[in-house]
Amino acid sequence: MKTEDIKALLPYADPFLFVDEILHIDENRVKGTYTFNAESGFYKGHFKGNPVTPGVLLIEAMAQIGLVCLGIYILNKNFNKKYTIALTSTECDFIKPVYPGEKVTVVSEKMYFRFGKLKCKTIMTNEAGEEVCRGTIAGMIT
Amino acid sequence: MMNKEQLIGKLKIIVKPYTNNPEAYENMDEGTGFIDDLRINSANLVDIILDIEETFDITIDNDDMERMLDVKAAIEIIEAKLAGK
Repeated sequence: MKTEDIKALLPYADPFLFVDEILHIDENRVKGTYTFNAESGFYKGHFKGNPVTPGVLLIEAMAQIGLVCLGIYILNKNFNKKYTIALTSTECDFIKPVYPGEKVTVVSEKMYFRFGKLKCKTIMTNEAGEEVCRGTIAGMIT
Repeated sequence: MMNKEQLIGKLKIIVKPYTNNPEAYENMDEGTGFIDDLRINSANLVDIILDIEETFDITIDNDDMERMLDVKAAIEIIEAKLAGK
């Protein structure tokens, strides 16, 4: 499966699609990128006069690349639009701020995929290669 | 071979981190439901089943998983798997 094949199956669209490129994907891990659009409306309010990407959106990008893309890849031909996707838990540490227009890379490693639950260790880095967020995230694909 | 009380005792230890209803947990018996009574969501039910597999060194399949909604069903499945080892 190529980036475009996986992206076509994602249940997201602008302004809530947080996947640009899938650089690598196999049964156990995925690596992908996303560039936060500096024009996004939420920067006007987070924070007033000091735009910083909200942590929840870092988690969203980690979940879309690290869980949903990987889950679709693992299910491959069995995946279809009848599946329900839900984020079920996150435990993340935020290390550095991500500013408007920054490109981030997400690397996610499968801990397990059993009974529809995919749990991963996921790390997000910035263009300098510094970790900005890391944690454990899980979701259900049923 | 463990008796039923010992099995429930072990199950209680496994379930504890995921339960959201202390009262139902204290009174946990065969009639206790994981989702309705202990208010465990389906994602954490998966973790409980993985912990059961590890604790008892057994493998739970999809059919068992779908049946494992209360303590009674869990005990039955664990006993059957242990007897088949």
